[in-house]
Amino acid sequence: MAKTYQAGVQDYRQMYWTPDYVPLDTDLLACFKITPQAGVPREEAAAAVAAESSTGTWTTVWTDLLTDMEFYKGRAYRIEDVPGDKESFYAFIAYPLDLFEEGSIVNVLTSLVGNVFGFKAIRYLRLEDIRFPIAYVKTCLGPPNGIQVERDKLNKYGRPLLGCTIKPKLGLSAKNYGRAVYECLRGGLDLTKDDENINSQPFMRWQNRFEFVAEAVLKAQGETGERKGHYLNVTAPDPEAMYERAQFAKDIGMPIIMHDFLTGGFTANTGLAKWCRKNGMLLHIHRAMHAVLDRHPKHGIHFRVLAKCLRLSGGDHIHTGTVVGKLEGDRAATLGFVDLLRESFIPEDRRRGIFFDQDWGSMPGVFAVASGGIHVWHMPALLAIFGDDSCLQFGGGTQGHPWGNAAGAAANRVALEACVKARNQGRQLEKEARDILMEAGKTCPELAIALETWKEIKFEFDTVDKLDVA
Amino acid sequence: MRNDASTMGDYQTKQTFETFSFLPQFSQQDVFSQIEYIIAQGWNPGIEHEHPGNAFNHYWTMWKLPFFGEKDPARVWSELEACRRAYPDHNIRLIGYDNYAQSQGMQLVVFRGR
Repeated sequence: MAKTYQAGVQDYRQMYWTPDYVPLDTDLLACFKITPQAGVPREEAAAAVAAESSTGTWTTVWTDLLTDMEFYKGRAYRIEDVPGDKESFYAFIAYPLDLFEEGSIVNVLTSLVGNVFGFKAIRYLRLEDIRFPIAYVKTCLGPPNGIQVERDKLNKYGRPLLGCTIKPKLGLSAKNYGRAVYECLRGGLDLTKDDENINSQPFMRWQNRFEFVAEAVLKAQGETGERKGHYLNVTAPDPEAMYERAQFAKDIGMPIIMHDFLTGGFTANTGLAKWCRKNGMLLHIHRAMHAVLDRHPKHGIHFRVLAKCLRLSGGDHIHTGTVVGKLEGDRAATLGFVDLLRESFIPEDRRRGIFFDQDWGSMPGVFAVASGGIHVWHMPALLAIFGDDSCLQFGGGTQGHPWGNAAGAAANRVALEACVKARNQGRQLEKEARDILMEAGKTCPELAIALETWKEIKFEFDTVDKLDVA
Repeated sequence: MRNDASTMGDYQTKQTFETFSFLPQFSQQDVFSQIEYIIAQGWNPGIEHEHPGNAFNHYWTMWKLPFFGEKDPARVWSELEACRRAYPDHNIRLIGYDNYAQSQGMQLVVFRGR
């Protein structure tokens, strides 16, 4: 029905607060934690977020009347208390599917975490979760290969993959770097990794690194009879350089490359994932910059959202934190987004910070990568927390072994297999951790020495970002 | 910790066979418990064998068909032994086919070719 035009400023809630709205299966749903400025009512703040992240602006404009705003507007449809927090609240917002370009995580984020995060009436704003409707999921390519295809390609079954980041993270020459890779792989690791800081610096240009690493991978593979790989970091200053590096990695017979999805950006990441699907390459994803976005409990974007975005944009592995190591990570919340990465349907579960049911349909799963300050003593807990569909990466825990990388790798591999064997026999990994490891150390001197070397290392600080529970 | 050469070991590269090949040789009881694990997961046990010279290939030769719906670990074990009698010089592996994941849930080389 035709309306008349009335210039001026309206309360957002008149149009964007719709508590009677029942979300459609095709709506994209978001949960924001909003901390408004003093004196701003909750409904008005929620409606403002819905408006500013969809069709609205601060004043009425005549061109609003040239379209059907009821069809396109975002709607704040529910408000909830945040347990144990009086100043903040959760706002649930439904966005019609047609607000977003198909297959574009870039477009979704530009709307949902764009201008609205600088909005003056809001003191803090955090995007806690997004429910991507299956209709939208089906427009995204997702992981180039996924967990099962990677297992089939690499012939690794019934256990987590074992990896390690080559250290020192900056400053090695390409030939010495390849040496470190070879030693790790011949000792029993499945995969090694470029540090995310390694791109193509003056001390080691990318092509030299790729060539020496390829020799190391192929030699270790030939000698051990097991399939090996090294995540060659193709993160580059521009897309053309990124694709050139990716193509070269493929040309020299390497199975896997890597990308930093936040610093590189979602356009680059989605493009590279498509390239990997087309070229049969595995894709490891690093997450530098995530803590800038996800660590503050009241402002930013929760990592579960970034993890979902990555699964849609495409990657076969993504770092998730370790829970037990040197980096931040609450256990229940981590398990929540690990499920979001790997399972095909994840039900709402507030105890794990999951605000919506999420249906991925047939989209492949992503390996959860645990990396950062972990060593053999953590192995039983890591297996219990992350299960088989994970990649456990011991950087210092491999290369810091008193006998060197190969012995360190063997120690980790023996510890891992001892834990998997024990679990399959029905033993309690975390309770019996010490017995399982000490027993395995009796027949493996490399493990016995690793257990001795790291017996006193712990990382016990309180988690900064905790789940909101009463 | 002081780290001089006299206290350091030399790590010799080993030819290995993926999952569990870094542990001491499995006893019959160890293998049994892994068969039980496969069955308890709802997976289908299967057996494959191959000459060690071709062991790097993805495809090994199947021993009969996978034992769909088999619940008795002893029968799987006796098939492993029958396979070994027929191919004493081959590597023989036990597989748990996971039809839900459309992949293998487990793979374990039980006998190495003589």
